[in-house]
Amino acid sequence: MVGPRVVVIGAGPAGTRCAETLVAAGVRPTLIDENRRDGGQIYRRQPDNFRRSYGTLYGTEAGRAEAQHRAFDALLGHIDYFPDSLVWNISERSVCVLRESSLTEFPFDALVLCTGATDRLMPIKGWNLAGTYSLGGAQVALKAQACAIGRQVAFIGTGPLLYLVAAQYLKAGAGVAAVLDTSPWSLRLAALPKLLAVPRALLNGVALTLALRRAGVPMESGVEPLEIGGSPDGGVAGLSFKDAGGETRSVACDAVAMGYHLRPETQLADLARCEFHFDEATRQWLPRIDSQGRSSVAGVYLAGDGVRILGANAAEVSGRLAAMALLQDLGQPVDTAALAEQRRILSRLERFAQGLRQSFPWPAQLAARLPDDAVVCRCEAITAGELRHIVARTGAVEANRVKAFGRVGMGRCQGRYCANAAAEIVAHAANVPLEQVGRLRGQAPVKPLPMGAEADAP
Amino acid sequence: MKAVASDVLVVGGGIVGSSATFFLRQRGRSVTLLERGMVGQQASGVNFGNIRRQGRPLEHLALSNRASATWRRMNELVGEDVEHIAEGHIRVCYRDRPEILDDFVSYAREARIRGLDLEVVSGTALRQRFPFFGPEVLGGSYSPLDGHANPRLAAPALARAARRNGATVVENCEILHVEKNGDDFCVTSSDGRTFRAPALLVTAGAWSSRFATQFGEPVPLASHGPTMCVTEPVPYSIHCAVGVVSPVKEEDLYFRQIPRGNIIIGGGLRNPSYPDVCRAYVMPRNTLNQFRQIRRLAPELKRLHIIRVWTGVEGYLPDSQPIIGPSRTTSGLYYAFGFSGAGFQIGPGAGDVMAELIATGQTTTPIDVFDINRSAISTTS
Repeated sequence: MVGPRVVVIGAGPAGTRCAETLVAAGVRPTLIDENRRDGGQIYRRQPDNFRRSYGTLYGTEAGRAEAQHRAFDALLGHIDYFPDSLVWNISERSVCVLRESSLTEFPFDALVLCTGATDRLMPIKGWNLAGTYSLGGAQVALKAQACAIGRQVAFIGTGPLLYLVAAQYLKAGAGVAAVLDTSPWSLRLAALPKLLAVPRALLNGVALTLALRRAGVPMESGVEPLEIGGSPDGGVAGLSFKDAGGETRSVACDAVAMGYHLRPETQLADLARCEFHFDEATRQWLPRIDSQGRSSVAGVYLAGDGVRILGANAAEVSGRLAAMALLQDLGQPVDTAALAEQRRILSRLERFAQGLRQSFPWPAQLAARLPDDAVVCRCEAITAGELRHIVARTGAVEANRVKAFGRVGMGRCQGRYCANAAAEIVAHAANVPLEQVGRLRGQAPVKPLPMGAEADAP
Repeated sequence: MKAVASDVLVVGGGIVGSSATFFLRQRGRSVTLLERGMVGQQASGVNFGNIRRQGRPLEHLALSNRASATWRRMNELVGEDVEHIAEGHIRVCYRDRPEILDDFVSYAREARIRGLDLEVVSGTALRQRFPFFGPEVLGGSYSPLDGHANPRLAAPALARAARRNGATVVENCEILHVEKNGDDFCVTSSDGRTFRAPALLVTAGAWSSRFATQFGEPVPLASHGPTMCVTEPVPYSIHCAVGVVSPVKEEDLYFRQIPRGNIIIGGGLRNPSYPDVCRAYVMPRNTLNQFRQIRRLAPELKRLHIIRVWTGVEGYLPDSQPIIGPSRTTSGLYYAFGFSGAGFQIGPGAGDVMAELIATGQTTTPIDVFDINRSAISTTS
């Protein structure tokens, strides 16, 4: 008998642990991953001819990274693994994949989306100059290619990744011009009880900060970003900001890494027609899931940072939980003790993630203060002023309506980098709650698709 | 609650309803436009954006020419830019169907009598003027004054202009109930508002049949979704709109480039659409068919990536021709719907002619061919 067709998308912590749980239960899943190798973003593996040690590459997370990679390697032979494969659409219970410039469909009976997260970005005037990267992008350059994005890099934004990437750059020998956090210190102190839910992670964070401080890196909290300076030809030349005392200051740098914590990659969940709800705490629209990751669509499960930003450790747990939900729904027995244990771990990690959210909030207020000549949508070069003008002239408030009139979110990135901030700008300009702006409907392809690609013979 | 009273109620804020509202205001009539969602959000906003007269049935050309005149003045009429580019439209055929080139010649002869000048080109002349065509392309029919415009902007701009001129435009207005009391139509919305007028114009696209049915004129209206996609931007070099003529549905493809650089591609197989939930979904196989077809039509475009696909809910009649004109059962009731995927160009002409009909009782452009009682769409056998 042919078993149920189970497809897992993403070979990061959630996808790997999900596949592992399925294999242990006798299911042979198909695992499709956009990356060339497993590990996701956090445990991204270096190219074959690179020889950096786990300690060098992953620092305090070396043990976890190695365990993750070993677990994945053990799955080979028990899963159908398709790396370097872009899932560009989900339609009629099939996953549409671009692989080696050919187009294939994978029909599924059950689907687990472990799509991970990308940086949540707040525009700043000048962020369209060459030399501006997201924190994640800056980290990928280092992890994958052992490259720094500049000689003197200014780090700005908020969230744990701000300190982690700056410290990794420092350790790699790159110049760190400054680490500028929009969140004030007081929030971290207030969040301490929640952060203590995972003492090791808290200590790691403190250690990163201390390492940066010991190295003499200028660090500021409670800043307001003002402008990335430079020229279209020369790229980034500096960064100005208002410090916590209200004084305008600037740092010289040739690259900027920015990010305001993370946002789940939810486009595939949307294309799978999962229901979304507005999450007031993060001011984002998120797919609706139950405690084990079941979406509103039967047979579609969501796990990891692709559905909630809870971090890599929680992603492993939620990957296991989603697999258990899937197995339960297939009528297979599930170890209830193991299930309860995973849930207990997850709730502790959720508490820690709450602490992080509280410590490093999305600075929604900055969207309102963004100058009219700052570009919001970089793909289509639409400024904050143009966006505000569309709202005033047409009365458009709903995200897709604003997109139809003003092209924001209509470019290559499909709003990944601008939609959060654009929604805040529209809500402020129209004086409506953010929830009323709604969210951009997901439209295939998730990433640009070459018209030269050939469909595989059925 | 007191009913909102006006001379005319227009039901459905697509390009036809918006332009009818606009032209009724120009004729001094008070108008209320009721739209269930947002103006221009459905078929009028998701279509390809063809401003194409050639290829339409010859008896449609009078109305299409009238629409063409409106399109050329559109920016001036609505006071904003709807990105109308009248830099030509070419329809081509492939080498394996040479008889279509003969059809182009005879159509051009007939069209010229009806005020549409076309030029049939093939061979070296075709390749010099349109170097992007692939070797399978045999020849084409070129219409110099046609072109394309932005569907996302046109209907909302018309409705805004109508509103500035005194029309009442009500969005997010789901109609619960319509009845005729004496001389007046009375419309009740789901949130309890009422609207009345002695004239009612149904321009509700794929959602129109329920009104026609209620007044004893059922029509076999089906709904389908077009297949659309758009490429990443590349330098602006193709100014005319391009299409293929073929009896094979898969081969039916069209594209246009906008000054921003993106190339918009439409055509081929249609998608399932669900009027009840106002949604339609692009089937991936239809997008892949477009990839195959674009590689025949303009092979160099295969180097580009598409960045987005979309579709929408369009209303189709069995003969693919719209219903435009008065009801044959109920005085004061008028229809303009069922444009069958070809309503964007002719829409402002239809709105204009309906405004004329409602305001004066007659039309200077013949519309008999679009009558609801025509045999091709009769539901009685």
